[in-house]
Amino acid sequence: MPEPLAFLDAAGRVVGDLPDFARDGDTLRALYTAMVRARAFDTKAIALQRTGRLGTYASSLGQEAISIGLASAMTEDDVFLPSFREHGGQLWRGVTLEELFLYWGGDERGNDFAGPRQDFPVCIPVASQFPHAAGVALALQRKGTPGVAVTVGGDGATSKGDFYEALNVIGAWMLPAVFVINNNQWAISMPRTEQTHAETLADKAIAAGVPGEQVDGNDVVAVRAAAERALARARAGEGPALIECVSYRLGDHTTADDASRYRDEAEVSPHWKAEPLIRLRNHLVVAHGWGKRDEETVLRSCDAEVDAAAEAYLAIAPEPPRAMITHLFATLPADLAALAEDLADG
Amino acid sequence: MAERTMIEAIRMALGRALADDPDVILFGEDIGIDGGVFRATDGLIQRFGSGRVRDTPLSETVIAGMAVGAGATGLKPVAEIQFMGFLYSAIDQLANHAARLRNRTRGRLTCPIVLRAPYGGGIKAPEHHSESAEAMFAHIPGLRVVIPSSPGRAYGLLLSAIRDPDPVLFLEPKRLYRAISEEVPDDGRALPIDRAIVLREGADVTLVSWGAMLTETRAAAETLGEEGISTELIDLSSLKPIDRPTIRTSVAKTGRCVIVHEAPLTAGLGAEIAADLAEHCLTGLLAPVRRVTGYDTVMPYPRIEHHYMPSTDRIAGAVRDVMAFA
Repeated sequence: MPEPLAFLDAAGRVVGDLPDFARDGDTLRALYTAMVRARAFDTKAIALQRTGRLGTYASSLGQEAISIGLASAMTEDDVFLPSFREHGGQLWRGVTLEELFLYWGGDERGNDFAGPRQDFPVCIPVASQFPHAAGVALALQRKGTPGVAVTVGGDGATSKGDFYEALNVIGAWMLPAVFVINNNQWAISMPRTEQTHAETLADKAIAAGVPGEQVDGNDVVAVRAAAERALARARAGEGPALIECVSYRLGDHTTADDASRYRDEAEVSPHWKAEPLIRLRNHLVVAHGWGKRDEETVLRSCDAEVDAAAEAYLAIAPEPPRAMITHLFATLPADLAALAEDLADG
Repeated sequence: MAERTMIEAIRMALGRALADDPDVILFGEDIGIDGGVFRATDGLIQRFGSGRVRDTPLSETVIAGMAVGAGATGLKPVAEIQFMGFLYSAIDQLANHAARLRNRTRGRLTCPIVLRAPYGGGIKAPEHHSESAEAMFAHIPGLRVVIPSSPGRAYGLLLSAIRDPDPVLFLEPKRLYRAISEEVPDDGRALPIDRAIVLREGADVTLVSWGAMLTETRAAAETLGEEGISTELIDLSSLKPIDRPTIRTSVAKTGRCVIVHEAPLTAGLGAEIAADLAEHCLTGLLAPVRRVTGYDTVMPYPRIEHHYMPSTDRIAGAVRDVMAFA
């Protein structure tokens, strides 16, 4: 089995021939800042949930490099279809912190983000986003736009028929789609080793005749490099790809989960040494003169931005009761229109 | 003008929609060169090409899920599920996504899709090919469910379903595909969606039915007419939303109602209509509302399926019962 694609090892040492974008200090600083921002959002979201001010929340702790690496390779023409653990990618593409808080706070308006308007909201039913991505890719292809559908699912999602069936059709029709697996080793309590006997999840692409590649999902450079290649191929009409990003879920499945029921701290702790922020920071320090002051500035500004967004979210009043009816159809059937009227005054 | 069967009218509506709107795209299993197992799409691939009339790999999940993605991204997919018995794999996509996308994005993304599927028994098809599961889908908020009962209504309602900006499950009574024909002009005129249709007016009993069962229900109405019982016949047509005012108005006039459907009794749509009448028309009722339905059992194999389907005799018997009550 080939090693997963990687450019930075866990300590941040360069282990491959860096792609051009990764030689540019500004690009790397932007990627690092985005990961710090996603983690600051994550920390705040959990704190808000623990104090009764947010709904059940799925942390992306330790997996920030995946969707940020992907999103940084995408363009405005592309369509992102995230699963529920890809906040970093949504933020990179322009969804605001306040909108994300609003969604996870239990308000549909959080999915009505100002941009990017074509992106899907997070998909909660596992793997059902893969067929959507095939349909998005079909529409992009038919309309002759240069866009690519990019979707992410977890390791558990690769056990579902939706994943295989959609992978099959994007291969059969050579659709401009990139399927990505966030392999964080755990599907709630089910470890990757018990999820499938397949050697890698990227291998699952073989049956569909789609190129599959395994990358170090904690190396944002590797994720972006693989995504850029796959997107360029798809954009050129050369077909879809599957990218497995190997990472680790450092937190609980969600705030409703207690991972200590099924895994020991001894199993988790080594992975803290391999998480994505440390390695990029170490590389920035060595290769681009990243200093203590840079670090503090980024941390402080991300925290401040997140705090302000949380305050803004908390200040938004819930929608009136009729909102549960009024958005169901473009034109409400008569009985629903009457119901919305009845609910108007709450 | 040529007379059209229902399958021809459906084909004509699909062709009209493809010609009128470049965003309309058809996909499904065997709908291309084979023209669909019932030939609903016969000849369309030759007219519109394989880019717009596409054979999919054999996956109902992908057909429904791909419709959601393509619909949200600017196309108007009209997808075919080969038989209703295979629609269950698509229910996740319909209930969790198609029916919710507009609501959960507060209108940012929408799902203007139609899923067509033949339903119902009476053609001696193999097992899993004769189901009437419309109530399961009518229970899904955000989804419209439409069943036509004649070639003309199939044409007009399919066009309105395709032009509707929200998802519609269009269930086709396959027993009627070639059973009746009538003049259907290809005039591109859609029929109003969300409406029940009063097929004949009468004074004594309201009969509510839909799809293929209207054949037996209408035959019962003829028989009863000869006995001096005047029946008002309503084609429900829109199973979700239910056109409650049309039914209530009719029952307020007749005071009696018999609901006829091929689907099993329990939690069928007859129950919803009967409950609505109990809530809104109680004081005007002269007799209990009766349901004549399929039995609470799995669809029998073809050798005895005709014993399962509500017969003209059963329907007429129920009407005589309610007439005898008061």
